[in-house]
Amino acid sequence: MRARFTEIFVTSFTWVSGLLFLSAAFTVIGFLLVKGIPALSVSLLFGETAPVDVFLLRRQVLTGLFPAIAGTCLLVILAVGMATPVGLAAGIYLAEYGRGSLKNFFSLFYDILAGVPSIVIGLFGFSIAIILHRYVNDIYPCLLISALALALLVLPYLIRTTQFAMESIPSKIRLTAPALGATKLQNIVYVLFPRSLPGISSGIILAIGRCAEDTAVIMLTGVVASAGIPGSLLSAYEALPFYIYYISSQYRDAAELQTGYGAAVILLVICACLFLVAFYLKNRLIERMFYSR
Amino acid sequence: MNRATLAEAGFLGAAVLSASLTALILMFMLFLGFPLLRGGHFFTLLTTSWNPDKGLFGIYPMLTGTLSIVFLSLLWAFPLSLGTSALMSVIAPPVFSKFCKKTVQMLTGIPTVIYGFVGVFLLVPFIREVFASGSGMSILSASLMLSMVISPTMILIYTDAFESVPASYTAAADALGATPVQKLIYVILPYSRDGIFSGIVLSAGRAMGDTIIALMIAGNAVAVPGSVLDSARALTSHIALVIAADFDSIEFKTIFAAGLVLYAFAAFIIFIARIIGRTGMKKI
Repeated sequence: MRARFTEIFVTSFTWVSGLLFLSAAFTVIGFLLVKGIPALSVSLLFGETAPVDVFLLRRQVLTGLFPAIAGTCLLVILAVGMATPVGLAAGIYLAEYGRGSLKNFFSLFYDILAGVPSIVIGLFGFSIAIILHRYVNDIYPCLLISALALALLVLPYLIRTTQFAMESIPSKIRLTAPALGATKLQNIVYVLFPRSLPGISSGIILAIGRCAEDTAVIMLTGVVASAGIPGSLLSAYEALPFYIYYISSQYRDAAELQTGYGAAVILLVICACLFLVAFYLKNRLIERMFYSR
Repeated sequence: MNRATLAEAGFLGAAVLSASLTALILMFMLFLGFPLLRGGHFFTLLTTSWNPDKGLFGIYPMLTGTLSIVFLSLLWAFPLSLGTSALMSVIAPPVFSKFCKKTVQMLTGIPTVIYGFVGVFLLVPFIREVFASGSGMSILSASLMLSMVISPTMILIYTDAFESVPASYTAAADALGATPVQKLIYVILPYSRDGIFSGIVLSAGRAMGDTIIALMIAGNAVAVPGSVLDSARALTSHIALVIAADFDSIEFKTIFAAGLVLYAFAAFIIFIARIIGRTGMKKI
């Protein structure tokens, strides 16, 4: 009797929690899509300016989301551009050169860096801006500082995915080139690195996603509600996630709130697409790992 | 120097640079918060309340705010995640499990600010209606939304732990005629005890580090919360809210104390997770 009761209780508990979780998740996404999709339009992006003028940089967009999207794109390119070379090199070091306690020591640091709250990394970026400002008067929190801080935020992910991708290459492949007389560096450059590219690129894409969605870092390091398309690395800029945050607390009328829903849908779609690509690449890596001849 | 040593030096350089940046963050916090650390003010700061008019700049209210939001969100997320992952790994038919897994993986990619946005316009009014008190911006609302943010990762850690139970164990249970529920209770759960614990620890770290949910939904009142329906300010939101203030004020210096506390928590959590034997970086 008791066994039967346990059976029923556990089964229904798992079903209830699973369905509860799924329905909560679908409520969040469904609510956003139902409210946000009607807000999508060309004027949401470009306001009253004609799209052609915008792309030719003839006129600034004043009311649309275009400057926020452009700001997010620039930010992502700069941050991931800075973080990728360092992250890949450090990941290769950990996977191929680092041994014993030194390797452990490094990975402890990377784990801590991955665990540090993003707002603390933002605060770090902000502090750098303050200290630089003492010496160079023109430096305020800006696009460059934000990109540096974001690069720091995604660095541990890049290091770890690179390390993991290189370490999971089967030894059959790992040992072939050295057996034919290749040096360690040649092995890395011609065999191991190309082989782990799917894993590494899925790591890079996840890093892009993190840069695109992060709000905490950028709100301390230079994002503003209205700046237009940034003119230089040292100017303030707009970004999509910050715009969503800003609208949620500062909206003045229903129309402005609608642009917030629209922006949220756009950000959701961007992140979902990035995620799908990363997922596809990761699966290809796993396929290769297990079915390689 | 030949090419091989040069390349190795380059790789090592990148590794050293990345590690030293981690240390540099800590040094910056210590350096800029130094006026507070001098003379043992730091610990008084952690235990006094915040009242700038009376010259009190303690971060005790924010500390309790963070802790209560983290604790409550784990309270919701833990049973939910454990149940969902048990359903996915053991109970549900494979087709449904596969669907669940895809969905959960997809959910890890949703920006936090979107959860915050939906929280403001869906959950907060709902809580306000149900409890008919205050603005609805409360610890309860924030912790509910935060549990949605941390659950997907928690579920993935748990399914990973459940699936790493050796097949010989589960096959033995099957061969002895155990039902799926018995297999779950007597074989899988005991075996994945460490994984379950480290899932809680890592999720606590994520919940603590979250800024946007607390900032958007918890209401940001600077007072020690008395009930779950009270508004509260987390340490992370405190940093975000004070940053606009004057650089030389004491208020401004307290955010470095908040930063230090958050850094220390994060490092502590990594130490525990490493002791349990997982780093949490395996599943992103």
